[in-house]
Amino acid sequence: MLNAVLPIAFALVAGAVALTLWRLLRGPSAPDRILALDTLYVNAIALLVLLGIHLSSALYFEAALLIALMGFVGTVALCKYLLRGDIIE
Amino acid sequence: MSRRQGLFRLLPHPLLTPALAVVWLLLVNSAAPGQIVLGLLLGWALPLFTLRFWPERVRIHSVPALLRFIAVVLYDILVANLNVARLILGRPDSLRPAFVEVPLELKTDLAISLLANTITLTPGTVSASLGEDRRVLLVHALDAPDPAGLVAEIKSRYEAPLKEIFEAC
Amino acid sequence: METLLDALLAFLVLTGAVFTFIGSLGLARLRDFYTRLHGPTKATTLGVGSLLIASAIYFSTRGDGVSLHEVLVTLFLFITAPVSGHLLAKAALHLRMKSLTPPPRDPS
Repeated sequence: MLNAVLPIAFALVAGAVALTLWRLLRGPSAPDRILALDTLYVNAIALLVLLGIHLSSALYFEAALLIALMGFVGTVALCKYLLRGDIIE
Repeated sequence: MSRRQGLFRLLPHPLLTPALAVVWLLLVNSAAPGQIVLGLLLGWALPLFTLRFWPERVRIHSVPALLRFIAVVLYDILVANLNVARLILGRPDSLRPAFVEVPLELKTDLAISLLANTITLTPGTVSASLGEDRRVLLVHALDAPDPAGLVAEIKSRYEAPLKEIFEAC
Repeated sequence: METLLDALLAFLVLTGAVFTFIGSLGLARLRDFYTRLHGPTKATTLGVGSLLIASAIYFSTRGDGVSLHEVLVTLFLFITAPVSGHLLAKAALHLRMKSLTPPPRDPS
């Protein structure tokens, strides 16, 4: 049953990525784009996890962890920039 | 310097040490004795080196209350997600978003940040801004027909247990 | 037992994918920034959490020992998602972004 469900899951997450990309390109404001970028990171993690299950390989876990870390740091840095006009105080 | 203070210096955050050890074990994905020792060592050393970022000492006054709070929050996360999913799939025009102000009784940083995080993770609400004086938390709700009721619910469901756990007199 | 496990995994994977999709749908569909913020911070987090739990169960039951490091990513996401949500909301308030409902007073 898992094998039947995986393609559907891939399609759904790919759809999510497409919607997020649309919002990223359309904006209209900077926070909207940052939010879209943050969501894109999370969607990428979802895709990687699905790929890991599909290929029965635990290799992708580290990549997912790194994306989670970098995505969070990037979002915080961008928000700080919007709030203060500067990243490092 | 008393013995207690000496112990406090060596182990400034007794709860952080096992937590960091567990994180280390999860990271290396193994429970070999060597990794446990290494995890405990890291859990002891990291709080010492990062002490300046955590000047406050965490005290948990009531463990049962903490466990009950975690259960309530996990349950609410599930319900909140079903709610938000329904609202997103429904008609966007019928949403009644609102900003509400939640007056805070909590004093410690940890309790306030936990409350803000819980609010964001649960029913259709995102904590947006903490007032300068740390007395008011601005919360945005996705669909709030009854703002006053929402504030009361946040206060009784999340703030009261957090107060009991971290700030009991 | 095998089929039960298979069904559980399929359920978790499907739920996760559906919630991830709904979260992004909210991001694309809702009207103003503050309501858009709700989709990604909740639905997407739970969706990916559910996928990660499925992955943990999948790799733990394949006979190479217990695999729990997915829990770490889940934990990390659940801690960081509210923080980035809060910061984004704060940045939006700071920029005085248009909202369907005005904030109560100037938060500065």
